[in-house]
Amino acid sequence: MNPIRLIGRASIALTRNLGRVSIFAARGLVGVGSHPAELARQILHIGWLSLPVVGLTALFTGAALALQIHSGGARFQASDVVPAIVAIGMARELGPVLGGLMVAARVASAIAAELGTMRVTEQIDALVTLSTDPMRWLVSPRLWAAILCVPVLVGVGDVIGIMGGWLVGVNALGFNSATYIANSWAYLERWDVVSGLVKGGFFGAIVALSGCWFGMNAGNGAAGVGRATTSAVVAASVGILAANFLLTGLFFR
Amino acid sequence: MIELRGLSKSFGSKQVLDGIDLTLAEGESLVVIGGSGTGKSVLLRCILGLETPDAGQIMWRGAPLAKQRDAFMQGFGMLFQNAALFDSLPIWRNVAFRLLRRMPKGQARDVAVAKLARVGLGPEVADLYPAALSGGMRKRAGLARAIADDPRVIFFDEPTTGLDPIRAAAINALIREIVDETGATAITITHDMTSVRAIGDRVALLDRGRIRWQGTVAEMDAAPDQYLQDFIAGRARLSYAGG
Repeated sequence: MNPIRLIGRASIALTRNLGRVSIFAARGLVGVGSHPAELARQILHIGWLSLPVVGLTALFTGAALALQIHSGGARFQASDVVPAIVAIGMARELGPVLGGLMVAARVASAIAAELGTMRVTEQIDALVTLSTDPMRWLVSPRLWAAILCVPVLVGVGDVIGIMGGWLVGVNALGFNSATYIANSWAYLERWDVVSGLVKGGFFGAIVALSGCWFGMNAGNGAAGVGRATTSAVVAASVGILAANFLLTGLFFR
Repeated sequence: MIELRGLSKSFGSKQVLDGIDLTLAEGESLVVIGGSGTGKSVLLRCILGLETPDAGQIMWRGAPLAKQRDAFMQGFGMLFQNAALFDSLPIWRNVAFRLLRRMPKGQARDVAVAKLARVGLGPEVADLYPAALSGGMRKRAGLARAIADDPRVIFFDEPTTGLDPIRAAAINALIREIVDETGATAITITHDMTSVRAIGDRVALLDRGRIRWQGTVAEMDAAPDQYLQDFIAGRARLSYAGG
């Protein structure tokens, strides 16, 4: 086939899909408030039940970061910067990105599997026959729950991550506890924390949107649901990393 | 009440519906039969607005259905092939799904339990989740949900698929009773001839996207159409194998 035609066809398909996803996202966002009980249920599922996995990830990441910075910093006599770098690294980058990726693994897959199963078992068609807009009943609560919860998870993850660094710093690297905590706060600026929370909001949207989009458009049968689940996790993970690059460029250039 | 005029729908190069003309009077029970893949489900999905027809019109009470879809849906109920109960909700919430929007929880639950009783399910089922029910019980619960808000139009999609003959006969009898009791207009799609005789006032045979034959259930057995007679008798011919 003519390569120009091939590129043209791919461009049209990409533009068409981007348009579809944008309309889907807009319809999901405007449905906020339609079903508050469903929103509360999703906040429990997406937010509260993700706390253990995000907390553990942050704890080990903060601890490993402290070890790495201490050992790397020793090469140029800069081991003392461990508390500040752990705090800044967790708040700006590792808290939101790793928290987002863990939520992507847990939530995007669950949403895609649940909505995909509802699609193939005609439950979504049943909603329509019961005069209920599936976008407002299924998509909006998940989308808003993720947008609201992921920043909170990121905030909690930041604190636990810094605590992981403190645990290692005090117990293994010989830091004084009070000095470690004081140094963590001394170099941390408000924007370091706020930028991470804002990133969390975007990552939450990406996670829920991926899960909902692939779930609502799942193909037939178990294979269709399986494909939707895999695609949702891959899209959410890549989306988070790409969005992180763009947002970091936007916030810190 | 419901009128289809020249309804056509294709998926890619496959013409699924090819100029369907069909009229359904108020309170009538129409059964649409036809082999697998002849467009029965697509026909229902077009009426429900889940598929957009390529051509033709769907009229309801003399006006295009598309312009009064909300009003139509408010008085509509449907039993899906596999019941399509919401897995995340207990049975009573499934049944009362629509009612919960306009009445208090306690009252909606009472109506749901009454509707469950109407389809032969006891109050102990109300708090179970769909996964805990057998296929036959799920169908009954689905039927209770379809009739929960006393609809004027009910669709039944393959109501006896997956059921043993005794349970299928019970569901058929229940559907007929409900249609008679409520005076609702009903469309059933099936390829189960026992359902046709039990549920239908009138039958339409769909073949290759067109209405091949239609008439009353009483006329069906004497109809000269060879394909219809083969369909009734369950006779296979080599020429049908591809369909």
